Amino acid sequence: MQTTLYSGFGVWDPVIWTIAGAVILLLVYLFWRSGVSTYRKGSEQERPYLSGNAEPEKNAVHIGGGNLYWGFTEGLKGYYSRLVPVHTGDLNDYMLWYFGVLVAVCALVVIFQ
Amino acid sequence: MLTQLPYLAVVLIAGIGIATILLKKNLIKMIMGLGVLTGSANLFLVTLGYRDGGIAPIYTSAPEGVMVLSTVQAMTVTNIVIGFATTALLLAFAIMLYRKYGSVETGDIRRLRE
Amino acid sequence: MSQYVPLLVALPLIAAFAMPLVGMLGKTIRNSLAIIAMAGTVTAALLLVYEVLVNGTIIYAFGAFDPSLAIPFDSGGVPIRILFVIDAMSAFMVLTAAIMMFAVVLYSLSSESEQTGQDGYYALLFLMMVGIFGMVTTGDLFNFFVFLEINSLAGAALAAYRINKGLSVEGGLKYAFISTIAGLFFLFAIGMLYGQYNSLNIAYIASVIDLTGLSLVALVLMITSLAMKAGSVPMHFWTPDTYSSAPSSITAILIVSSMASLYAIFRVAFSLYGVTMNVVTIGWIIIILGILSMFIGVSMALPQKDVKRLMAYHSVSQIGYMLVGLGVGVAVLGDTQMMNEFGLVAMEGGIFHIINYALYKGLLFLIAGAVIYRCGTRNLNELGGLGHSMKWTMGFFIIAALAIAGIPPFNGFASKILIYESVFIFNPYISVIAMVVSIMTLASFVKVFHSMFMGPKLPQYAEVKEVPLPMLIGMGLLAALIILFGLFPDLVVNLLIEPAALAFIDQSGYISSVMGGI
Repeated sequence: MQTTLYSGFGVWDPVIWTIAGAVILLLVYLFWRSGVSTYRKGSEQERPYLSGNAEPEKNAVHIGGGNLYWGFTEGLKGYYSRLVPVHTGDLNDYMLWYFGVLVAVCALVVIFQ
Repeated sequence: MLTQLPYLAVVLIAGIGIATILLKKNLIKMIMGLGVLTGSANLFLVTLGYRDGGIAPIYTSAPEGVMVLSTVQAMTVTNIVIGFATTALLLAFAIMLYRKYGSVETGDIRRLRE
Repeated sequence: MSQYVPLLVALPLIAAFAMPLVGMLGKTIRNSLAIIAMAGTVTAALLLVYEVLVNGTIIYAFGAFDPSLAIPFDSGGVPIRILFVIDAMSAFMVLTAAIMMFAVVLYSLSSESEQTGQDGYYALLFLMMVGIFGMVTTGDLFNFFVFLEINSLAGAALAAYRINKGLSVEGGLKYAFISTIAGLFFLFAIGMLYGQYNSLNIAYIASVIDLTGLSLVALVLMITSLAMKAGSVPMHFWTPDTYSSAPSSITAILIVSSMASLYAIFRVAFSLYGVTMNVVTIGWIIIILGILSMFIGVSMALPQKDVKRLMAYHSVSQIGYMLVGLGVGVAVLGDTQMMNEFGLVAMEGGIFHIINYALYKGLLFLIAGAVIYRCGTRNLNELGGLGHSMKWTMGFFIIAALAIAGIPPFNGFASKILIYESVFIFNPYISVIAMVVSIMTLASFVKVFHSMFMGPKLPQYAEVKEVPLPMLIGMGLLAALIILFGLFPDLVVNLLIEPAALAFIDQSGYISSVMGGI
C-alpha cells in the first residue's frame, strides 16, 4: 500500500517515520536495560525524596493548571489586558461585533470590487 | 416610487429590530427586537412575491389571469413557524434564567465570560 | 436514483419523533431504538458515500420518480422541485457527520444513563442529526435555511438541556440568539437572490448569476452569517460560552454543526458565486478571518482555567486553519496556473483538516466529559493525578492532543503540512503564523495534560476509576480513526479529499449535474 503523501512540494511518509520511531524506542529500551538495576518495588525507594524533609500533603505538591504559563501571560500583558476584557459575555456586545463585521466586510467588498 | 414603499418599510422595520437588539439591555426586549426583525424578513419575502394582477395557482374554477408561483408565500409561512419556535425557545430560556439568576438584564447574564 | 438520500433525513426524523413515545415503553427499548436508528442512518450514509465516489454526483428530486424530472418540462428550465445534490464534497461531509454521530450516540448511552429526561435528549439529538445531514446535502437555498434552523434550535435546546445552575441555559441562550440572527440574515440574502433570479436552486442561480449590487450584499450577508455560525473571530464570542457549558457529548455535535456551516460558506463561495465575484477580495476576507481566528483563538486558550473553555477556544483556532486553507483556494479561483501550483493542495489541506478536526476535537471533548463524569469538576486547578486511575482516557488524550498540535504521525500533522507548504507559496507570513499557532496549541495541551493527568494521586480522587465501556468504545473509535488517518493520509486524500476539492472548484460540473443538458 502506498503511504507517501505528496504535498506537491515535499513528501511525508508516516509509516517510515513510525518505523524509525519504533527502532529508536527499541534502542533506548536496550540501553536502559543494560543499566544497573537497584530498584525494588514496594520499598523505601518508591517514596518521594525531598532532601530529607517530610513529604507535604499531595495537593500542595501538584502544580495546578492556573499556575502554568504565568510568565507567558505576564510577558504579553499589554496584549492580554486588551484582548481578555473584550470577551465580555454580554449578548449586546456579541451582536454589535456581528453587525460591525457585517458593515466592515460590506465596505471592503464594495471598495475592492 | 409607490411600489418601492414596502421595501422602505422593510428597511425601517429591520432597523428598528436591529436597534432594539443592540441598544436594549433587557432580554425580553431583545427577543422582541428579534421578533420585529423576523417580521421585516417576512414582509420582505411577501413583497418580493407580489405580482400585480396575478392570481393564486389553484386550478379549480380559476379566473382568467396570470398565475403566480407561490414559492415566496410558502417560504414566508415556513419562516413564521420557525420564528414562532425560536421565540418560544428563547422566552423559555429567559424564564429559566430569571429563575436561576434573578434577572433578565444582559449585564447580569454574563457568568460565562473571558 | 439513489434511495439512500431521503433515508439520511427521514430515518433520524422518524426516530426523533418516535423517541418520546417509545420512551414510555422503557429505557432499554428506547436505547435500542436509538442504536438501531443510528446504525441505520450511518449505514445509509456510508452506502451513499460509496455510491457517490463510484458513480459521481447524485441528484435526488423530492416528489419525482426520476432525477431527470428535477426540472419539469413546462417550467422553462427552472428547477421547481426541492433537490438534494450530493457531490464528492457533500459526501465527504456526510461521512464526517456520520462518524461523529455514531461515536456520540455510543458515548451518550452511558454518559447520560443516570440523567433525567433522556427521551427529549435523544429526540433533540436525532433532530440535530437531521439538520446537519440536510445542510450538507441540500441543493436548495431555502431548504438549507430550514435545516440550519432545525439544527440551531435543536442544538440550543440540547446545549441548555442540563440546566447546571443556569450556566448551560446562558450558553444555550447565546447560541440560540446568535444562530437566529445569522439565520435571519441568511434568509434576507436568499430573498435578495430569489428576487433577482426567481429560483432557490443553487445550481440554477449559479448558472444565471451576475454581479449586481444586490448579489454582492447577499454574498456578504451569507458569508458573515455563516462565519458567525462557524465561530470565526471576531464573531466567536459565543463559542467558548456555549461549548463550555453544554454537556460534552453535545459539544462534540456542535462541532459537527459548525463544520456544516463552514462547508456552507464555501459552497456559497465556490458553487453559487464562483468566479462571478471578485475572488481575490472575498478570498482575502476569508483568509483574514482565518488568521484572526487562529491567533486570537489560541492566545485566549492559553490562560484558561476551565478545561472545556480552553478546548472551545482551540476550536476557534482550528476553524482558522480551514478558513485559511479553503480561503486560499477561493483567492486563486479562476487562475488555473496558481490553482494547480498550490491552490488545490491548500484546499485539500483545508478539507482534510475538517474531518481531522472533527475527529480529534470531538475526542477531546468526549475526554473532558469523561473526566467531568468521574471527578465532577472541570477546573484545571482542582484536577490532577488522574493518570494513575484513568489510563485509557489518558492514552486517548495523548493521541488527541498530539493530533491537534500537529505532531507526526497523527492526522493533524498530515493536513497541516498540506496547508503550510501550499500557503507558504501564496504568502509566507500566513504559513509562519500557522506554525506559531501550532506551537502554542501544543503548549496549551501540555498544560492540560500536566494539570489533569500528571502529578501525585490526589486524595480527593482516590475513588475515581475508569469510565464505563460504551464511553471508552465511543472514544476508542475516534482515536483509532485518528491513528489510521495519520498513518495512511495518502489513501484518505486520494479517495475522499481530492474528489471533494475538485468538486468545489468545478462549478460548471455542479451546475450541469443539476441542470442537465439545458
